[in-house]
Amino acid sequence: MKTGFRLAMTWLHDWSGLVIGWLAFAIALAGTLSVFRQEIGNWARPEASCCVTDSAAAGAAAVRWLSTHAAGSPAWYIRPADARSTTTSAFWTDPKAPDGYVLKWLDATTGSPDGLRQTLGGEFFYRLHFELQLPYPWGRVLSGSVAIAMLLALLTGIVAHRRIFADFFTFRPGKGQRSWLDAHNLLAVTALPFHLMIAFTGALTLSTLLMPWGALSAFGNDEAALARALNPAAIDRAATGKPAPLAPIRPILDEAQRRFQGGLVDIAIIHPGDAAAVITVTRAEDARVGTQAATLSFDGVSGRLLAAHDEHRPGLATYNLLYALHMAHFAQPMVRWIYFLSGLMLTAMIGTGLLLWTAKRARRVRERGFALVERLNLGFVGGTPIAFAAFFIANRLLPTDLSGRPAAEVHAVFWTWAFLIVFAIFREPAKAWRDLATTAAVACAAIPLLDELSGSWRADAVHVGVDLVAFAFAGAYAAAAMLAARGATKAGLQSTGRRWGTAA
Amino acid sequence: MKHSGIGLRYRAQVAARVAAALFGGYAVAALLAIACAWALPATRIDAVACGTIAALIVLPLIAMGCFWARSALRAWTGILLALGVLALIAFAAGWRP
Repeated sequence: MKTGFRLAMTWLHDWSGLVIGWLAFAIALAGTLSVFRQEIGNWARPEASCCVTDSAAAGAAAVRWLSTHAAGSPAWYIRPADARSTTTSAFWTDPKAPDGYVLKWLDATTGSPDGLRQTLGGEFFYRLHFELQLPYPWGRVLSGSVAIAMLLALLTGIVAHRRIFADFFTFRPGKGQRSWLDAHNLLAVTALPFHLMIAFTGALTLSTLLMPWGALSAFGNDEAALARALNPAAIDRAATGKPAPLAPIRPILDEAQRRFQGGLVDIAIIHPGDAAAVITVTRAEDARVGTQAATLSFDGVSGRLLAAHDEHRPGLATYNLLYALHMAHFAQPMVRWIYFLSGLMLTAMIGTGLLLWTAKRARRVRERGFALVERLNLGFVGGTPIAFAAFFIANRLLPTDLSGRPAAEVHAVFWTWAFLIVFAIFREPAKAWRDLATTAAVACAAIPLLDELSGSWRADAVHVGVDLVAFAFAGAYAAAAMLAARGATKAGLQSTGRRWGTAA
Repeated sequence: MKHSGIGLRYRAQVAARVAAALFGGYAVAALLAIACAWALPATRIDAVACGTIAALIVLPLIAMGCFWARSALRAWTGILLALGVLALIAFAAGWRP
């Protein structure tokens, strides 16, 4: 019975892992980069001057610019520049825009997008992480399902690799499948609490789509009642159609900062220019765990405080805490690096798991389906990091005044990705592995070099951080390429070891 | 048990378990969310939040249970039992579908 349980869980681990592996690998890597969403944005917009300390001033500048350039819009959402982000991001609904909205990054002092290259920056990886570049809600539903399946693969993995904790100090390099297995276990155990936490909280962030039934059963289709219950300070009122000038924004933001005793994270202005305008401000989470734990709503015309809410209700506070653990907005630089490194370990664990799936079966089955899986594994594991590097490269190579620049950068990623996967399907696996590792090394090294050549480099934490990470990856891929060329990895992929019964 | 021959019977068993884990598991999790939303002694929105958290925790555990069960029939029996109990709790607490 005991072995039966383990066999069943191994089977479930192998198959759930394979089914979600490719997507999970890309989601994990994009999520890892999203830890430094603001910093990647700063790197991608080198024209912005560094280090804003007054986010209220940045918010006010953005409101001034939007008042003339987005006057007809029904709603503006502003995230002001702060100590981490050198630019303000503004999102506004616009029925005339092709997607129904406009997203722009604005200069912190002037509030205008002029002079900044338009790019999604770190927002690209953040959005890719949970929307997968698919239309709403399908991308979110898919990534949420992957998160649940990831949790399942982790739990069954603990059972399948039964000696996972005992084997922690075992690493047998250069032994083909055994080395992949040891690496897979090592990466899993080292950050297991992180892996479990991030998979579960990841599913939770999308729970309104994945598991809406509790809320639906209690509130039915009364979305307004649900919104009121979720955030009692959110004011939902219809536009009157009577124009009225927006209240001076600076005193409102100063008042919000005084009440929050800290930074602001989001400014939402509903019906700007209308007599029913509402300005809602939420608290930044620096040093505090809890997303949108405090909200203030002001009348958009008189500037009078309409409602305030500080979240202390136990169920919602727990939900917010778990949500915040995933987003890591609260994290100080040290913790952010731990998230980043743990995320890399999760990505590598998924990658080694995929390679193991083929290594384990290489001597048993040699069908066309198997060959395709083997090659697709290589294409995704080897190709995804290169495709992501292409984003950084495109950011430096494309002309800064190119129209449709943000979309062009995204196209660079997806064309690279598609090309590399097709390449891996047609290339002999051992050679494809060497070629992909070499390309990845060159692509990663190209990022800091192009930064320097384009004259964008400067001596600050963001550029030094990007340089160090890019060169570390380039070095690791160069080493992998040399190993592959010597055939060591080839042995690993085609499994030299004895016949393999079950994992662990 | 799983690796012995890939006959039609075996495939049907696996398909039935996958269906139990996917659809049955999701239904149990959804009903758990509803039962919590109605039966927990808290304000409605707090109970909804707790139920949603609980539902996402049990979802992978039910999937594991469906593959642990000695047969697909037993997996489905467990799913139906859980659905019945949860529906009863939710109904007793005032939920009307």
